[in-house]
Amino acid sequence: MPVEVRLPTILRQHAGGQASVRANGETLQEVFDDLVRQFPGLAGQVVTEEGALHKFVNVYVNDDDVRYLDKLNTKLTGDEVVSILPAVAGG
Amino acid sequence: MRPPAVYGSVLDLIGNTPLVDVSALSPNPKVRILVKLEGQNPGGSVKDRVALSMIEEAEKDGRLKPGQTLMEPTSGNTGIGMALVCKLKGYPLICVMPSNVSPERRQLLEVWGAEIVESPGNEGSNGAVRMAQRLAAENPDYCFLYQYANPANPKAHYEGTAPEILRDCPEITHFVAGLGTSGTLIGCGTFLKEHKPGVQVWAVEPPSGEMVDGLRNLDDGYIPPIFTDNNGFDLLDRKKVIGPRDSIEGVRLLRDVGVFAGVSTGAVATAAIRAAGEIDEGVIVFIAPDGGWKYLSSGAWTDSLDEVEERARRINYW
Repeated sequence: MPVEVRLPTILRQHAGGQASVRANGETLQEVFDDLVRQFPGLAGQVVTEEGALHKFVNVYVNDDDVRYLDKLNTKLTGDEVVSILPAVAGG
Repeated sequence: MRPPAVYGSVLDLIGNTPLVDVSALSPNPKVRILVKLEGQNPGGSVKDRVALSMIEEAEKDGRLKPGQTLMEPTSGNTGIGMALVCKLKGYPLICVMPSNVSPERRQLLEVWGAEIVESPGNEGSNGAVRMAQRLAAENPDYCFLYQYANPANPKAHYEGTAPEILRDCPEITHFVAGLGTSGTLIGCGTFLKEHKPGVQVWAVEPPSGEMVDGLRNLDDGYIPPIFTDNNGFDLLDRKKVIGPRDSIEGVRLLRDVGVFAGVSTGAVATAAIRAAGEIDEGVIVFIAPDGGWKYLSSGAWTDSLDEVEERARRINYW
């Protein structure tokens, strides 16, 4: 079952302006691979060419940051919402 | 120890904030939840600690000269804390702040006589940081303490907030706090893990990244140097993002147990309550960075959730 992936404003231009798209995969890596298949403009944006998460991107599965789960190997069942957010400051 | 009957200065009131049991909010009877009320600081937020620590360190090491102008990027609370300290110590202060912050933050800075320079609201705090860095380069006479990279920021929590928590709640198992500059998490997290191995440190990310739409690309993103310089990625055990609606619901839950807290506290409370549901047993301490006074105009307690959520997407409450 495809998961919902929410895109931040700056990435929507690469996905036909959509704020939310659907992608298939049993892991986060597979979901991002499918996302790039659908929207080639997203290549290198969230996952770098070296295969790591972009430094200034936070990816959440539901409300959990995947850097503290299993990173790109985090498993998905299809019920989750994946959110991509740019890293911003507070204070 | 009984507090003194008379304090020599308002600045002596900073710190030693109360810890209150709000376990009525816990979905798990085996998990206690305690909140540390940083809104009790005289400037109204946890950032009073940081402001005093950074300014007094700079006085000690000679970076800050008598009467010198300070300039700082802030989304509000650090600026307000610094404005209070600067007022009492006789330093002019310029705060660089996103144009879309809540009106109360601006009013409070005006109370203490700080000058406000606006940065583009749609760039959030990232835009304020960039503008402040430019102003600092153009005006070498300014003292630029730069809260995001200043070791005196986490030090205030390492030497103050965290020892107070361990003194008042030695049975703590989980520490939950918001991630802004990362000073609270780095300072408290480091102290707690050194003194009570096994304590888990959970960060709460406000949904600012959702609201900030003025970034040109992802490389405009920002991770505070305090976080990277202090191995923040290794220090944290979990990080949760809490959206505006859930944050407002958190504020309302806190109201039901008599805690009048700000919107970011609502986010931290929501994360703490979820954490209580995810662990078997333990004692969670979470930080309430400020009280609700600066958010009355948000309608968080009075208007419909839809209205407040929409407002929270336009106005910077974080």
